[in-house]
Amino acid sequence: MWQWFHKLGSPKWFFGIANRLMPWLLAGGLIILAVGVVWGLAFAPKDYLQGNSYRIIFIHVPTAFLAQSVYIMMAVAAVVTLVWRMKLADVFVKAVAPVGLVLTFLALFTGAVWGKPTWGTWWIWDARLTSMLILLFLYGGVIALDRAINDEKSAARAVAVLVLVGVVNIPIIKYSVEWWNTLHQPATLKLTEKPSMSSEMLIPLLLSILGLYLLFGWLACIRMQTEILVREQRTKWVREMVMAGRN
Amino acid sequence: MHPLRKKRLTIVLFLVAGIAIAVGLTTYALRQNINLFYDPTQIAAGEAPVDVRIRAGGMVEAGSVVREPNSLKVIFRVTDFNESVPVEYEGILPDLFAEGQGVVAMGRLNDSGRFVADQVLAKHDENYMPPEVADSLKKDVAGQSSSAETTGSATY
Repeated sequence: MWQWFHKLGSPKWFFGIANRLMPWLLAGGLIILAVGVVWGLAFAPKDYLQGNSYRIIFIHVPTAFLAQSVYIMMAVAAVVTLVWRMKLADVFVKAVAPVGLVLTFLALFTGAVWGKPTWGTWWIWDARLTSMLILLFLYGGVIALDRAINDEKSAARAVAVLVLVGVVNIPIIKYSVEWWNTLHQPATLKLTEKPSMSSEMLIPLLLSILGLYLLFGWLACIRMQTEILVREQRTKWVREMVMAGRN
Repeated sequence: MHPLRKKRLTIVLFLVAGIAIAVGLTTYALRQNINLFYDPTQIAAGEAPVDVRIRAGGMVEAGSVVREPNSLKVIFRVTDFNESVPVEYEGILPDLFAEGQGVVAMGRLNDSGRFVADQVLAKHDENYMPPEVADSLKKDVAGQSSSAETTGSATY
């Protein structure tokens, strides 16, 4: 088990695995996401209360869901960086932080667009919206801190500590709608109970989430490969690969 | 596991636990500030300050909405099924505003216990369903209550 774990930490090994995975992730992600979004936006029934305007849920929920789970993945990678000093974990954090930033921004933006016609306001300082804004700043902070430190190793450690400090925000986002009075409604998709959504709407929503997950996987792979190539440009295997690619 | 790594892991766990406790205590202390609105029970209990801009939230009580014929003024009661507060508002209400729907109003509580709002936002719940399903649910509830009435009257 430990041997496998250490093998996973080898950039060269990861590069090969990523090459094999990426076509599947990209094709699967695009197809499932397209099916989910088109089904949701065009074919799912309209809501009894909100009519058609609820359909933005098929974009809002997947982006918000991913924004949070990407952060959790980063926190796991941060623990690996701090405890095992595995380079690949740090490569992951650096590669996905901008993706998380964009997803969080999209979640906030689609939420604002949804809030105007339903609630009557673009923005309100309630606990859910504010904690999500903090998540946006955390992603921004991670990116900025990484850029600010030149030394690769100290940057990796500082970033990992920041990611871990920020991880307390994730349960706050999740439970904000239960712990405090908020304008945002409680969660529709629950871990233990039946989702409070009829199945004609739920299936496309789950497909969109799954599709976005796969697409994120592809994006993470390609961004990690780029980061690995930059870092390992002086190693033999990268040089050999590049030479072989030229011929 | 290597002892050095074990030590690092312990430090990391302590770091996360410490921050979680610190943030937990802070948010607990600030809970009334984090709450977006006062509910009618809190207002009835006198927890909400008078003549300070606050938010009040709850359900619009069924049958309580009164519109003034020559202006945009509307008066309704907001309830949490325990207590209720009269709200007065002049302006355009959001589309989702209806009796039995959630609202969050911003304004001031006056001396007579009436909430004078200058902004009313709609709050919807987490349930999504097609109109047909909502209709049949309503019919089910209506059917059950009417059948309960008939059985009730039959026993009399």
